[in-house]
Amino acid sequence: MPGVAAILRFAALALLLAFLLMPQSFAPLFAPLTQYGAPPIYDQGNLLTLALAHLGLVCCAAAASTIVAVGLGIVVTRPSGAQFLPLSRTLVNIGQTFPPVAVLAVTVPLVGFGEKPTLIALFAYGLLPIFENTIVALQTCPPQVLEAASGMGMSARQRLLSVELPLALPLILEGIRLSLVINIGTATIGSTVAAKGLGEVIIAGLLSNNNAFILQGGLVTGLMAILLYDALAGLERRICRTAHLE
Amino acid sequence: MSTRTALTVPRLRRLDPLGALLAAAGAVAAVFLPFVVLKSNRIVPGDPRALLEVLPAWGALGCQVILICAALAALRVSNPRVRLGAALLGVVAVALAVAAAGDALTPAGNKVVRVSPGAGFWVLLVCLGLMATDATTRMRPGPGLRVLLLAVSIAVAGLALAHGTFDHLSVMREYAVNADRFAREARQHVWLALGSLAAAVLVALPTGILCHRVPRLRSGVLGTLNVIQTIPAIALFGILMAPLGALAAAVPLAAALGIRGIGAAPAAVALFLYSLLPIAANTVAGLKRVPRAAVEAARGMGMTSWQILTGIELILALPVILTGIRIVLVQNIGMVTVAALIGGGGLGTFVFQGIGQTAIDLVLLGAIPIVTLAFSAAVVLDALAEVLDRARQ
Repeated sequence: MPGVAAILRFAALALLLAFLLMPQSFAPLFAPLTQYGAPPIYDQGNLLTLALAHLGLVCCAAAASTIVAVGLGIVVTRPSGAQFLPLSRTLVNIGQTFPPVAVLAVTVPLVGFGEKPTLIALFAYGLLPIFENTIVALQTCPPQVLEAASGMGMSARQRLLSVELPLALPLILEGIRLSLVINIGTATIGSTVAAKGLGEVIIAGLLSNNNAFILQGGLVTGLMAILLYDALAGLERRICRTAHLE
Repeated sequence: MSTRTALTVPRLRRLDPLGALLAAAGAVAAVFLPFVVLKSNRIVPGDPRALLEVLPAWGALGCQVILICAALAALRVSNPRVRLGAALLGVVAVALAVAAAGDALTPAGNKVVRVSPGAGFWVLLVCLGLMATDATTRMRPGPGLRVLLLAVSIAVAGLALAHGTFDHLSVMREYAVNADRFAREARQHVWLALGSLAAAVLVALPTGILCHRVPRLRSGVLGTLNVIQTIPAIALFGILMAPLGALAAAVPLAAALGIRGIGAAPAAVALFLYSLLPIAANTVAGLKRVPRAAVEAARGMGMTSWQILTGIELILALPVILTGIRIVLVQNIGMVTVAALIGGGGLGTFVFQGIGQTAIDLVLLGAIPIVTLAFSAAVVLDALAEVLDRARQ
């Protein structure tokens, strides 16, 4: 089974790179989907540039939400922030019922069109999974381990940095992975508000009734999401394994 | 009891940190941020107005007294019931104030002027909402009480809307223009979310049972469904448009049934595909949780394997399966929004139209009902799962 998975993974990556670097060589494949001689490959921009812009947007937002969410997660699980814990839990639950599109839609009229509303919406929506997983991870640290750490004379700060956070890392990474994957999808919708990204290709296809464009945009975003998800899952497994070996 | 007094006494003596934060934010918002924004028409930039400018003196005074009481309760009172009551009273006061501001600022018979709630209103509402949420969380209400609270809140809001309390506010102006379309799109929204859920239950439940019985299938099937989940919604909608369009062109019956490349069909299929994983995975997890002893006992009593499945295993697994259904329903209600992009209808139509016209009122007309629907679905199904889980023990 791992052999098959590795081959599939490699094939998907090769396909994605080949398409982004030499899109024109795929033209015959997409030609049957177009009508009235419309271009079979997206020609209103460089696909590679769009894909990188898309990824950049998602990663910037994810980096920002990771810093804020992990920070907040640490604050509410310390004794001084315990008052905020029940509320933060409930807020995470309520927040998950907000569709990402609604967050995006409400930001646009407030800050205008372009990258800004998409970045804000991706940041805000990305906070939730990371925050939730940070809280759960920090709260489920085995009490014996924490007591042992205190017994060794560790200060609260040392205990957090060298015991709690390393133990919490796999779950926090899972939260980051979830929020990245959700955000790759939401960033596509960002193109409806003029953010640069792969959604442009899909929207162009929807507007000009060109199924080839829609399929290209969809496949590239889908492949990117799957590969990213898979890569991060691999990273998590590796970290878990080293954590268990030690 | 002694531990309880020990806990409450210091809390009374010093300020509640959460309450202090909320009261400070609320006070800043009430004093410095515009309570409403007045626009002479839908497009021009607005003219901010403070709370004191827009209400008659006694109204503004009453509203402020109630807000100050809520702030004091947030700072000093530790009893969650009192805090909840104060917060809810504050919400009602702020809502009535914004409605009154709408009435006061709109000249009689004028349908062009727009009065929108301003940043001050929203911040106040968020602070009071957080206070109410915190109090409710501390009260740890049971499933019945939670649903009751939700039903009462929706009923009160619904009555106020039906009575026309908020008719002079911009969101309701947008509603008045779009009233008949609103009902149609809301029905379409619910229909798409529930329909794809029902279809997914019919397929995913047997799939989950099969995966439970045949462990070899499990990783392959669940892995495939997981891959589908990672494909972005708009991408999947787009990808499905091509084959469904081709199907409609090739099979006249499919076209006659309303299956087309564009519209509700690709949306429904995509939602169905997204719904499969949570239900199938939770079915497997739920069945795994069924105690082996219960199954053995049933077999010893001479029950057939079908009887064991429907009478014992599925009943015991129901709370977990229901959690999966809750995830799917909330997710679907949110995702149907995107269906508007491919002509699938639903409340997302207003959201995307609003984005196109930078009309936040139109965006809110779509977004508020969507969030309310998703939130209510989550509360009701959570409560149901909890009740069933308790009955199981």
